[in-house]
Amino acid sequence: MSNAVSALQGVSYSGMAQVVELGLQGMITLRGDFSDADFAAAVHAATGLALPDQRKVMSKDAISLVWMSPDELLIALPHSEADDMVAKLSAALGDLHHMVVNVSDARAVFEISGAGAREALAKLAPVDLSPTAFDQGIVRRTRIAQVPAAFWMTGPDTFHLVAFRSVAQYVFDVLTVSAAEGSEAGFF
Amino acid sequence: MSTRLATQGRLVNRDTRMEFTFNGKRLQGYQGDTLASALLANDQMLLGRSFKYHRPRGVVASGAEEPNALVGLGQGKRFEPNQRVTTTELFDGLSASTQNHWPSLEFDVGEINNSMARILPAGFYYKTFMAPRFAWKHVFEPVIRHSAGLGKAPKDKDADRYEHFYAFVDVLIIGGGIAGLQAAKSAGDSGAKVLLMEQTPHWGGRAPVDGAEIDGKSAEIWVGDTLQILDKMDNVTIRTRMMGAGIYDHGYALGYERLGDHQPDAGLPRHRLWRIRAKQIITATGAIERPLSFAGNDVPGVMLASAVRDYMVNYGVSVGDRTVVVTNNDDAYRTAIALKQSGLDVPAIIDARPIVTSPLATKALQMGIRVETGKGIAKVKGHKRVEGVQLCLQAGEGSIIEEIKCDAVAMSGGWSPVVHLWSHCGGKLTWDEDHAFFKPDPTRAPTGDTGAAFVMTAGIASGDMTTGAVLENADAAGKAAAKASGHIPRRFAAPKAAEEPCDPMAPVWMMPQGASYDLRMKMWLDFQNDVKVSDVQLAAREGYESVEHTKRYTTLGMATDQGKLSNINGLAILADSLGADIPQVGTTTFRPPYTPISMGAIAGEARDEIFQPLRQTPMHEWHDTHGAVWEPVGHWRRPYAYQQAGETVEQAVHREVLNTRKRVGLLDASTLGKLVVKGPDAGKFLDMLYTNMMSTLKVGRCRYGLMCNENGFLSDDGVVAHIDEDTWLCHTTSGGADRIHQWMEEWLQTEWWDWKVYVANLTEQYAQIAVVGPDARKVLQAMGGMDVSKEALPFMAWADGKIGGFDTRVYRISFSGELSYEIAVPASQGQAFWDALREVGSAYGMQPYGTEALHIMRAEKGFIMIGDETDGTVIPQDLGLHWALSKKKEDYLGKRAQARSYMDNPDRWQLVGLETVDGSVLPDGCYAIDEGENENSQANMFGRVTSTYYSPTLGKGIAMGLVHNGPDRMGEVIRFGKPDKTFVEARIVDPVFYDKEGEKQNV
Amino acid sequence: MLILTCPYCGVAAEESELTAGGEAHLTRFGPDSTDADFQSYLFTRKNPKGVNFERWRHANGCGKWFHAARCTMTLEVFGTYPAQTTEPPQELLEKIAKKRPGFTAETAP
Repeated sequence: MSNAVSALQGVSYSGMAQVVELGLQGMITLRGDFSDADFAAAVHAATGLALPDQRKVMSKDAISLVWMSPDELLIALPHSEADDMVAKLSAALGDLHHMVVNVSDARAVFEISGAGAREALAKLAPVDLSPTAFDQGIVRRTRIAQVPAAFWMTGPDTFHLVAFRSVAQYVFDVLTVSAAEGSEAGFF
Repeated sequence: MSTRLATQGRLVNRDTRMEFTFNGKRLQGYQGDTLASALLANDQMLLGRSFKYHRPRGVVASGAEEPNALVGLGQGKRFEPNQRVTTTELFDGLSASTQNHWPSLEFDVGEINNSMARILPAGFYYKTFMAPRFAWKHVFEPVIRHSAGLGKAPKDKDADRYEHFYAFVDVLIIGGGIAGLQAAKSAGDSGAKVLLMEQTPHWGGRAPVDGAEIDGKSAEIWVGDTLQILDKMDNVTIRTRMMGAGIYDHGYALGYERLGDHQPDAGLPRHRLWRIRAKQIITATGAIERPLSFAGNDVPGVMLASAVRDYMVNYGVSVGDRTVVVTNNDDAYRTAIALKQSGLDVPAIIDARPIVTSPLATKALQMGIRVETGKGIAKVKGHKRVEGVQLCLQAGEGSIIEEIKCDAVAMSGGWSPVVHLWSHCGGKLTWDEDHAFFKPDPTRAPTGDTGAAFVMTAGIASGDMTTGAVLENADAAGKAAAKASGHIPRRFAAPKAAEEPCDPMAPVWMMPQGASYDLRMKMWLDFQNDVKVSDVQLAAREGYESVEHTKRYTTLGMATDQGKLSNINGLAILADSLGADIPQVGTTTFRPPYTPISMGAIAGEARDEIFQPLRQTPMHEWHDTHGAVWEPVGHWRRPYAYQQAGETVEQAVHREVLNTRKRVGLLDASTLGKLVVKGPDAGKFLDMLYTNMMSTLKVGRCRYGLMCNENGFLSDDGVVAHIDEDTWLCHTTSGGADRIHQWMEEWLQTEWWDWKVYVANLTEQYAQIAVVGPDARKVLQAMGGMDVSKEALPFMAWADGKIGGFDTRVYRISFSGELSYEIAVPASQGQAFWDALREVGSAYGMQPYGTEALHIMRAEKGFIMIGDETDGTVIPQDLGLHWALSKKKEDYLGKRAQARSYMDNPDRWQLVGLETVDGSVLPDGCYAIDEGENENSQANMFGRVTSTYYSPTLGKGIAMGLVHNGPDRMGEVIRFGKPDKTFVEARIVDPVFYDKEGEKQNV
Repeated sequence: MLILTCPYCGVAAEESELTAGGEAHLTRFGPDSTDADFQSYLFTRKNPKGVNFERWRHANGCGKWFHAARCTMTLEVFGTYPAQTTEPPQELLEKIAKKRPGFTAETAP
């Protein structure tokens, strides 16, 4: 719908790292039994992707399967495709015990990029963000300052970070503080 | 006088002058100076007044242990009290002012306390302010409060920014002296990830000052070479101006990095607090020299011998022209020799030891320095500055042998390893008889999550007092830490050092040994808090045998320096007074941080707008620009009311209530929790969670439900909608969504893990907007779309459909008693839908209303509110909600508890409505007062007000409350106590004040 | 600040990602229980000085509840395991017994 807007409508900041709210992003929560081959097959049929391993991200084209917990996936995809994908997954999963819900609008997605991206996050999350410990293909659910968040890398110096929509302004504000010009820690 | 020498000063750059002000006076120093060295270079020895007696005090140390020289630093938004001049780097434009004096540093009225010292002994306050009782509140406390506290709290908001940084390393090394550097190299050689931090701006610690030789090079050169090696190691990070503030459980440590203190205008974060997780931690924290306890050891000009040497070698500053050295060990001879070599006068070395034959002593004698062995200082002459010392026999009672004129005294009572960080997380200490100090006991190290030790020490911090032993110990520590963190150490040998054999030190806890009371009450142990030898002795006589009790009684070690200088001397005196050994008496607890760290660093980014997360609905900005007065609801911000020009907030609320009751109102209800519960066992699960039966609810219908905890107390409420065969949507309170989501997950994960149920929190997926009032249906019909008639969508039903072109889910539920539709749209369209409703609704007089109007309307209807009518001790039965407690169900959470004798009891306070006899509004939370008093002399009470409002609909005050046997007392008039101690009478009535039959909501 | 490894997502999580949930392996007593059993379920906790079996939730993480065996004195963590069980795994009990000779089945839940 043309009048749909994301929480911060694409606001951005540039310091030692660049921070951008990515606008409307599609997101689906899928819960089910990962050990059930039928479940994996249904997910593959709908998304074209195999289930990711623990704390891993599987991506192809504009769609990513992100491991959230042993029985929960986050499916990231274009906003306009989310409803269709929910229907597709529901149909594919049929009678299997599962839950699939569109959570696109419950989230805000940020991209943090640039040479200072790792450090901008390392100031806010109790996570080892050194290149040897954190790289592309890994997802981490943690906290950003005082709110829950999840992030993974989409490029060598680029992170996607997902937080709840209601705290989008807070998340953006803490990221702008941690990414402020001249605050490089020089640790990585 | 203290002055700048023409030579020396390895740390200052004489080509760059820096201007600063001290108490408004313009002074100059050099780049590389500390504020202490710059002040001493300007002959500013008097730097403050002591806390209790307001005695004149000067610099005593040259590092973090400084107890005296605290100043207020900066101005306005950058003012900070109690900053140690010894650790403050000089910069151009620095301004400092002294504290704890009135009217001036030179002339301080408070010094009268000094002449009353005899009647201000340890425990003076405890003893004096016992009686009479009334005097405490009206006389003593105000006076003490006025004089309490050191320095002034800043008045302006801090101009700087601060941040945290999470770092994960294999080996963390605290202390950048030669031990820390060598440990970093040994650990780094193995490939381990190493972080080395040093609190000062300089590497190498004391070794370059002491003139140590390492591997045939001067310490200075060796330090430079080692730094180059470390710099080339990618796995090693080294940082100056970063203090190891504390070591905590499971390898957690705090590093306090000072980025902006010395360059306030550089645009950097002022401090960065490193939150470090290390597999192994090495504390290479060195040692601190101890003062000697002789009368007048606090007179400005009496300094630690090592500090005197530091100021000369590092900054080219002599603290006096004639310096008497007094010692019980060899190290102070280095100071004497260094002074003499710089052409300064050393009238005497007073050594308490009877015989000294070490090479250092020999060298001093050869240089023509007079050495008095077996002697001590009976008393220092002078008040604001040392004028001389009185020589006496150490073994005697203080008979004066001779007076020696001098303007400085360099004292050394031996050294104590810095064991603070080792001790923070439980590392134990052992007493070293030879050196008379506590040192870490490596067999009793702090242990981490695996049960293995994770802290070790290196260098002097281990108790190794010679350069060679320091390097060997540090090398071993670096290798051991690397190994313990999973790396293979390389077999490089430790560096070798040239040694100077020393004579053993002799413990001297009092000078002279048999000093009289008059002398003892001028021997300072804790300089900042004015604790003297006589105070500790008095405490011991009064029965304070525990060192922890003595500390609190005398305030020994409780100042901002946390007893870095006073600790060992104080407990030696205590041990002596108790006739016990020092290790028996033990130390007080070492607690982090090592030195005070800024509040800003602790807060990090959490200040101002981002002090805590504020949750915003999709329509937040609209509310903000349309007069919203905000109310915090959990972390949410909700409009309390929308204030229009020319009206008070109260008037706005009343307008909103009346407009909603008469026409139609619009409420942003997005904060309402929305949990989807799905699965074959979802119905069974909800029957356990809610007190009502939810499994039998028809698809398409809604039911109000209650949730209790296992104690039986009401925890949350809300409307449940049955979506499809195995899916329900549970509305929770605004503050309760996350909590109830977690509550559901907890039961599903930990108790009924074989039940097939999934829960998702969709609270923020939807913007939920309530259209409320007699004209609500007309507005929706004008929007166009789905059938919202009574027949198609009756009260307590829900339906999906389009309204005004938006995909919506509409719930016919009401919290106001009016015709009401709660409409959910995807959050991304919330603002657009709100705008569309307003545009159409304006023809019907629709106005938005806030939470206060919401609360008034629900109270008029007698609807309870979680958090108002409930407080964690209220069960549904108390609120007359028996109808919501299913009798058909065998079990639900809270059911068993509600059968306990105290719950199943007619004597509980129960919900009623209350109307004041005079129509006024009852004060919130006031109590119903009964005759008589209880055993605590408090009035007996039998009820309290839980919600109270002025009802614009009814034109009078209405309230709800919990009253003993309330429902049986309808019509009775009872008394409520007001805060002003008067009473107000109220009649017990039905809690439903408005539309008792519920006709309005069911149209 | 403690570190506990979440058995579900494998993250060695620091305490700020976790919430504590009290004693593990309590037996729930419902409507038919005696007053004594029910009160014990609600209020009586072992609170040992030593090895404790406790519940934790990886709140700022995968959201799962798990159990940890931890010494309340030294804070040593002997192991973590999923919450979908009524008793600690045997091999964990053996590991603890090896490290703590005084540890017996009676002190275990």
